[in-house]
Amino acid sequence: MSGASLAIGDTKAIKQAVRSDPRLLLLRLRTLIALIILVIIFTFTARAFLTSGNIIILVKQVALNAILGMGMTFVILTGGIDLSVGSIVGLAGMIAGGLITEGLLLPVFGISIFFNIPIVIAITLVVGMLVGLINGLIITRLNVTPFIATLGMLYMARSAALLRSNGATFPNLVGNEMLGNTGFPLLGAGTLLGLPWAIWLMVGFVIVTTFIATRTPFGRQVYAVGGNERAAELSGVPVQRIKILVYMISGLCAAVVGLIITSQLVSAHPATGTNYELNAIAVVVLGGASLSGGRGSIFGTIIGAFVIVVLNNGMVLIGLSEFVQTGITGFVIVAAVVLDQFQQRLQRQITLQQAAAQVPENIKGKEPL
Amino acid sequence: MNTLTNDEILLQAKQITKVYPGTIALKGVDFNIYRGKVNVLIGENGAGKSTLMKILAGVERASSGQLLMNGQEISINSPRDASHHGIGIIYQELNLYPNLSVAENIFMSHQMTRFGMVQDKEQQARTRDLMGQLEQDIEPTTIVSDLRIGQQQIIEIAKALAQNVRILIMDEPTSALSNTEVEVLFRIIAELKTQDVAIVYISHKLDELLHIGDYFTVLRDGQLVAEAPESDVNLSWIVHSMVGRDADSLFKHSDHAIKQEVLRVDDLTLPRVGGGFVVDHVSFRLHAGEVVGIYGLMGAGRTELLESLMGLNSDAQGEILLNGKSLHGLDIKSRIKLGLSLVPEDRQLRGLVQKLSVGHNITLASLSHYLRFMVLSAHKERESINREVRDLHIKVANCDNLITSLSGGNQQKVVVGKSLLTNPKVLMLDEPTRGIDVAAKGEIFEIINQLALQGLGVLFVSSELKEIVAMADRVLVMWKGRIMAELQKHEISQEKIVAASVGAFSKKVHLTQEAKQ
Repeated sequence: MSGASLAIGDTKAIKQAVRSDPRLLLLRLRTLIALIILVIIFTFTARAFLTSGNIIILVKQVALNAILGMGMTFVILTGGIDLSVGSIVGLAGMIAGGLITEGLLLPVFGISIFFNIPIVIAITLVVGMLVGLINGLIITRLNVTPFIATLGMLYMARSAALLRSNGATFPNLVGNEMLGNTGFPLLGAGTLLGLPWAIWLMVGFVIVTTFIATRTPFGRQVYAVGGNERAAELSGVPVQRIKILVYMISGLCAAVVGLIITSQLVSAHPATGTNYELNAIAVVVLGGASLSGGRGSIFGTIIGAFVIVVLNNGMVLIGLSEFVQTGITGFVIVAAVVLDQFQQRLQRQITLQQAAAQVPENIKGKEPL
Repeated sequence: MNTLTNDEILLQAKQITKVYPGTIALKGVDFNIYRGKVNVLIGENGAGKSTLMKILAGVERASSGQLLMNGQEISINSPRDASHHGIGIIYQELNLYPNLSVAENIFMSHQMTRFGMVQDKEQQARTRDLMGQLEQDIEPTTIVSDLRIGQQQIIEIAKALAQNVRILIMDEPTSALSNTEVEVLFRIIAELKTQDVAIVYISHKLDELLHIGDYFTVLRDGQLVAEAPESDVNLSWIVHSMVGRDADSLFKHSDHAIKQEVLRVDDLTLPRVGGGFVVDHVSFRLHAGEVVGIYGLMGAGRTELLESLMGLNSDAQGEILLNGKSLHGLDIKSRIKLGLSLVPEDRQLRGLVQKLSVGHNITLASLSHYLRFMVLSAHKERESINREVRDLHIKVANCDNLITSLSGGNQQKVVVGKSLLTNPKVLMLDEPTRGIDVAAKGEIFEIINQLALQGLGVLFVSSELKEIVAMADRVLVMWKGRIMAELQKHEISQEKIVAASVGAFSKKVHLTQEAKQ
């Protein structure tokens, strides 16, 4: 796998870590271990936890977090951040809902054009990528820090979502047989081999994004830009283009999530997706990515999404108060980063020990200062 | 080593050793600092001067060794400890807050306060005094970013003076100063000496050192090689101590056929922020199979010249032809594609991606070579990685290890390998031997020889005279952004290079045939 310091999923690195220090292995696999412990705890404390019904609900929830997180992973790998994804989720729903309910209004001709569902979906995805493109252009061409640029977009995209319907909901998005745009609810409710489409979509995204991150020059360059932008630049990496592309990927992922939610609800609300950006960031961080860039993996993000969702789902099932739940979620996120620091320190120590072991004998043996 | 004269030793560093992962920066170094004297520390880049100073300033901790102040053992674990012991340091890089005023900078971290309130008026009055002492007409309320670099350097000095220092370390203090500012600095140093302040002075400008130094200590490759009082020192003593006896045996120049022109640079300029030029109308040629060395002091514009050629400085103007193709308006990626590659001076900042593995660093600049149906072929990558590891003798147990696990010399070879995989026609190396051990230095130059034999044009910058003299077919000496001298193989000597690098060389006399055209 790409990036020698992936938190999880890097088998060669893990083998090496075991050889040098078993503590390091435990730290590297901490998120996976946390997930297993959570599953065991909830299996025994919440009777409904391991039922097939709950698992389907759970994985559908994971799918939304994971898809959003995968887009965010690329952004965070470059050392950036995308705060606008929650708003893009809402905007995407409103675009799709509007196209199904009202069609594309052409005031000049006084007509509306209605598209079939694949085209509606395609247009929505393009809008998501366009918002990402604008983010990327503001960040690279106008030199605005990613935090501020996407914070601005958080408000602007939400405003666009609200303006689309003046704050109203597009209800009952089943489409119209005569207009040829039925079938939208299938995305959220349809199944394949007994599993909801959202889960298949997640699986597809995992395969594609893992492939992009590990097997394409683009993926390698994403790691390089986040690891050391100036060295990447001198190696001929098109830093600006890479940065623009990661925000477009993030926008695309957010639009997919917006479509799935809208389809599941069979209606589009302009406030959908509020605060989702924070969840997405949490998922990526839990997965072992570094906010300073260059370190993280798609696999880690998926595990992170499972941890967050299993934790929330389990806490609801055992009847913890919502107020306590929020606190525990926050604690877990901070604990993840603290453990990450431990891991980094341990790794440095091991490197230093190995280096010291190579120092010639004749200068050893003097007392430290 | 004991006292050479009756002068009193204020601070004695004994058997200082500093180990970094992969390299040993200092090996059992003794260093004496005499009270009220200018203690000059000399050595080439990577000799360990800066590491030793960082240990005295509390920025780094020695791996082993002792520090004695007035005969008493002390420990310095932080910059705060150092300033408690009266040790002040002026770094080579400016450490100022550009957004704050002169007075705020000078009193940062030791503000004059009354009841917890910063006394701006008093700080400004004291700053005005200091500026008077330094003969500078700078208002205490001026924002530092509005000052020239030379003036900023003066503020650095004022910052150290504002604290009552017993030992003042100056690391290349004059690199950004004008001649008049240098004179002022020397007068201040003389005054500090009368107040019994010990000065530790580091500089590459040998004439300056001879002018103000009282005691001379020479480091080479992390070891103490010589110490002498001013009366025993002259220019040839310094050069001899710095270069050492084994210099010639280390770098063997091999003869390679010099072929057609590959790089032609005409009238290249890079404007300096605030007027003047960092690269001042530079023109030269480079041929296939030729190794050209660029020598110059800090700030001579060498790095900026290479960066401008590579396309890193968008303000650079001038004509650059690579194999007859103009590089005008091309970005870095396109220049790499045409056959230009740069091994940068600062390996950590611009050379390596610390979070990637050894292998992925090696292939980073040439990813498009390993594609099979748009996908990176691990097999093709592995072949190239293994070839570079073998050809460049990179010592690595496993190419999936992080790049940071390698020693400095091996990291440098990785950066060179990365450049070579782009199939360059012209390879530029900026201080390729900085901070790596002697054996690795020899290997790097063996590689350069090999490349020249294969017909590459090699352009390398070095501050180490012996490297330049031994390796180059031709030497360009830069001074203040200009090429002061161009020396052909038979004309190259350390004396000529040093003379030209301080501007004391008539360009007209030594213009070569080519440059006249």
